[in-house]
Amino acid sequence: MFIEEADAKALFAAAGIPTPIGALADSAVVARQVGESLGPVMVKAQVPSGKRGKAGGIVAASTPTQAAEAATRLLGAEFAGVVVERVLVEAQVDIARELYVAVTVDPQRRCPVIIVSASGGVDIEEVNAESPQAVHRVEIPIADGLEAAAALDIAALLGLAESHTPTLAGLLVTLYGLFRSLDAQLVEINPLAIDASGALIALDAKLIIDDNALFRQGGLPAQRPSGTALEQRAAEQDFLLVELDGDVGVLANGAGLTMSTMDAVSAQGGRPANFLEVGGMAYKRATPALALVLSNPNVRSLLVNLCGAYARTDVIAEGLIAGWKELAPEVPVSFCIHGTGEERARMLVETELGISPHDTMVAAVNEAVANAADATAAAAAAANDASAEATT
Amino acid sequence: MTPLFGPEPLRVLVQGVTGNEGTYWTEQMLGYGSRVVAGCTPGKGGQHVGPVPVYSTVLDALDAHAIDVSVIFVPARFAKGAALEAIEAGVPNVVVVAEFVPIHDTMEILATAKRAEARVIGPNCPGIVFPGRDFIGIMPGWSERLFAPGRIGVVSRSGSLGALVNLQLVEAGLGQSAFLGLGGDPMVGTTFVDALAMFEADPGTDAVVLLGEVGGLMEEDAAEAIATTTKPVVSFIAGANAPEGKKMGHAGALVSNGRGTAASKMQSLRAAGAAVAEVPTDIVSLLA
Repeated sequence: MFIEEADAKALFAAAGIPTPIGALADSAVVARQVGESLGPVMVKAQVPSGKRGKAGGIVAASTPTQAAEAATRLLGAEFAGVVVERVLVEAQVDIARELYVAVTVDPQRRCPVIIVSASGGVDIEEVNAESPQAVHRVEIPIADGLEAAAALDIAALLGLAESHTPTLAGLLVTLYGLFRSLDAQLVEINPLAIDASGALIALDAKLIIDDNALFRQGGLPAQRPSGTALEQRAAEQDFLLVELDGDVGVLANGAGLTMSTMDAVSAQGGRPANFLEVGGMAYKRATPALALVLSNPNVRSLLVNLCGAYARTDVIAEGLIAGWKELAPEVPVSFCIHGTGEERARMLVETELGISPHDTMVAAVNEAVANAADATAAAAAAANDASAEATT
Repeated sequence: MTPLFGPEPLRVLVQGVTGNEGTYWTEQMLGYGSRVVAGCTPGKGGQHVGPVPVYSTVLDALDAHAIDVSVIFVPARFAKGAALEAIEAGVPNVVVVAEFVPIHDTMEILATAKRAEARVIGPNCPGIVFPGRDFIGIMPGWSERLFAPGRIGVVSRSGSLGALVNLQLVEAGLGQSAFLGLGGDPMVGTTFVDALAMFEADPGTDAVVLLGEVGGLMEEDAAEAIATTTKPVVSFIAGANAPEGKKMGHAGALVSNGRGTAASKMQSLRAAGAAVAEVPTDIVSLLA
């Protein structure tokens, strides 16, 4: 879960990390008022996504009028597919230096890692690519946490003036504490500024919390829905659906098999319309999964590819048959069924739907791709006929 | 570390044995010949699940039985407690089935396992199968369509893709020395590199099938390892069509900032000398 900057900053500030003075605005009027009280400000679009700076989501405003204009421009605009509903209006900071600090999870080293750089304020991936020696990564043993002495050593890597090093070390201890207590995948401050008075101040705040830990993370802001309308409907029903731009609807069990099925569709010259898996605990919920896939108007052919291990294919088949009878869709469907429960699943599909599952995945994929191509050609011909009629 | 390979069935402890899933899979494992010697559920010591005695703690179970591996059937939020209990009690191998274990919990589990020199398989994994000997987890080891004793070592992040490829191996008359299901999380206890080392050391394995997917760097690490192993490796990477920034079912199957793509993984594996299949149905022909 991506926590928007303003909410992340509130959490950071509550933990004692200095942030600029500012306020949220949901209108140009409020943005102007904040500008009037703060002087020159930054106006920052609040969206659950990084990289908005490069896309023009952060605007400097030296007068209240400019602040209002910036808010007018940003509010309602879209960044990474999400509409801006709020802007953060913050007092500008007189920046002497910009640093980078972050704590994240290193899946290869299997531990938290602190990343610091004296080259903050720019894309850290680019800094790392151009001058990797400017980016320091320090692994933290999770059982011990970040101890004060280790934090001092890390802070010293940046070669700052001596007075800054203990302050930065203290901030790193706080940031690591937030990483652990919030079940974060990433806490990042870029830039962490040293202002003209020599104080550290977090000009940005990025916080991504592990979705799997939300059950024990109370008090977080509500998550704004993201993704396409279909993806959002699926998420509401606890399905992970990824909408693609093709015309072959895909239903398979398990993430690996579903991805492989999409790959096979592409390899045969077809285009998958979605990723949606009915494996794991979802194998008992094939009926709503089918309805989701078929609700995509681009789907001209459906491919059901099951290879049951944990998931019982006969239970999935029952769910699909119930859904098929209820929805009575007109799209053709191609089945391939193997693995746990396959005999009964095949029998059910044959007797209830009158469809013979294919023996191999390749045959089912070929048929589904051909069906989609035929339907697309027929639709194009029909459209031609209609326009020909309209002209005569 | 206690080896997983060998002629004798492993002595298995089932944690969460009295729950629905724990009881169902205990029965399936016993039916196939797995040696489930004990179960564990807090507060339920003294009960039985079928012939399996239930203990309240892992330590109680270890007082009465030698244990090679514990398989954990508890919900994700309790997985850390159960895994740490087993590892700290001295169980040498732990299989964590649950999906959605918080990643901070996984880091704690793996740090503790490293100190204790224990092996963790998972989380979010289907388990392990030694055809003809035993299985531990939630793969249908008993299915003669999917598993037959043989000499191909199969390792997969995904259970379902593993099932598809195992089916094709069996149809082609090839069997498996073992199937190792590593799990779909971004961080798992046993990696492709670990699996390659086990298959390399196993005299019953002639060749390895490595089934990866987009996200992370496990396949890239495996490519480095392949350069120093002797047995042929055939690979397939799922998710060539995965759009950037979208989790493809598995928490670990995520392409971000252009990293972790199927193309880059396939290229690394090919450069290391592995045969890489474009579609999973080509794997058998590449083994020939």
